[in-house]
Amino acid sequence: MYRIAKTGQKLMIEILPDKCDFCGCCVGVCPEDAIELKEAEIRIIDELCTNCSKCIWACPIEVIVFNKDGVLKEAIY
Amino acid sequence: MLKSQYDIIVVGAGPAGTVAARFAAMQGVDVLVLEKDRDVGYPVRCAEAISKRNVVPFIEPNDKWIAAKINKYAFVSPNGEEVVIEFDEVNGYVLERRIFDYELGRLASEAGAKIQTRVYVNGLILEGEKVCGVKAEFQGKQIEIRSKIVIGADGVESRVGRWAGIKTHIDYRDMESCFQVTAANVDNVDPGTLYFYLGTNYAPGGYFWVFPKGDKLANIGLGISGGDNKKRSALSFLNDNMKKFFPNASVLTQIAGGVPCALTLERISGDGIMLVGDAARQVNPLTGGGIGSGMIGGRVAGEIAGEAIRKNNLQLLDNYHNAWMKERGKSHLIFDKLKEGIFNISDDEFNDIIKKLKKIPKEKRTLGKFFVTALAKKPSLIVDVAKVYVV
Repeated sequence: MYRIAKTGQKLMIEILPDKCDFCGCCVGVCPEDAIELKEAEIRIIDELCTNCSKCIWACPIEVIVFNKDGVLKEAIY
Repeated sequence: MLKSQYDIIVVGAGPAGTVAARFAAMQGVDVLVLEKDRDVGYPVRCAEAISKRNVVPFIEPNDKWIAAKINKYAFVSPNGEEVVIEFDEVNGYVLERRIFDYELGRLASEAGAKIQTRVYVNGLILEGEKVCGVKAEFQGKQIEIRSKIVIGADGVESRVGRWAGIKTHIDYRDMESCFQVTAANVDNVDPGTLYFYLGTNYAPGGYFWVFPKGDKLANIGLGISGGDNKKRSALSFLNDNMKKFFPNASVLTQIAGGVPCALTLERISGDGIMLVGDAARQVNPLTGGGIGSGMIGGRVAGEIAGEAIRKNNLQLLDNYHNAWMKERGKSHLIFDKLKEGIFNISDDEFNDIIKKLKKIPKEKRTLGKFFVTALAKKPSLIVDVAKVYVV
């Protein structure tokens, strides 16, 4: 299952940028290389994220959240 | 100004990157180091402790980047008992990484490498599987810089390796999720002692540290394994420990971070690519220390890369993995076994180990005795460690 971003709808995995410290734990554990980190910018690449949640488990400061009602889309292989 | 082509491009200007750059540039080859942040050495995502013998081969010790000189190591048991192991001479430092990293950058530059900050590398130039340079964002423009070798020194969040087809992502259970404050007004901390608190109440699957930085300043932090962080975060554990031990401390810096406490990657080089430091998982898997081993990895990679350019023979990069294993990788196999064993020791057993160590007269306590006492709790570990030696 891959998620898709739509304006106004909540995503399944969301990084709260205001609280993020940009430490890179999530990037290090992401098996899909779906997180992009710059000096003080971070984003999940929607097309690659599989909602596996490993980034949430590794985040030392609880800034990645899982929204159960987030938007999902079937993967097209 | 940046040229459109270099012999070697190093991505990341931490200790591993700048040491790699220095040892390559010393051979007269053309080296460029690119750093994504605006500063070399800042922000400091590090507890800053290092053994003296890991510093000296790379830079002459200088008080301007030494915050504390260490000759004592204190281990605190889950029930709060402390045992101190003391050495006759200073054998460790707590660094000021922002100055230390700057100095390493200066030394690389003096050797002939060029460093540029605020360049965000966002891809590699690939010809088939061969790495031929980097794509990057610099001063608002997307640029391409070609090179014969790219050295990925881009830390725990390394993506350079992935772009080159090397599987670098780390199992979340091997990722130590860390949170640290640098605090002032820290009481009852000896300026020459590193403190390690062991136990699930302080930091499950890791440890809680207090590393002095002089004048009642200290780095106070902890790392816990991803498996434990999943249940309760590093931040939450640190809040508790601060309340318990240092309620009056001021927080001057707070920072999150991750330490890949795993074995070095099976593949740390490829066609035109090498990885060093945290990016190659060259961290000591037991202690989480990565400055010293990162610099060693950087030197080994830099020397090989420089030689490969001089002799116009990129096949030499294939020697990197073996050279690293000989220098450090093999001892990391042992540390990894010890890590597995030590983090499986229960709180009760830790209480017992510390109690036993306290009975040994002060002058006879050694770090070796600590591990021997710990190993006595898990005799099967001795077999594991022996296996590593035999292989």
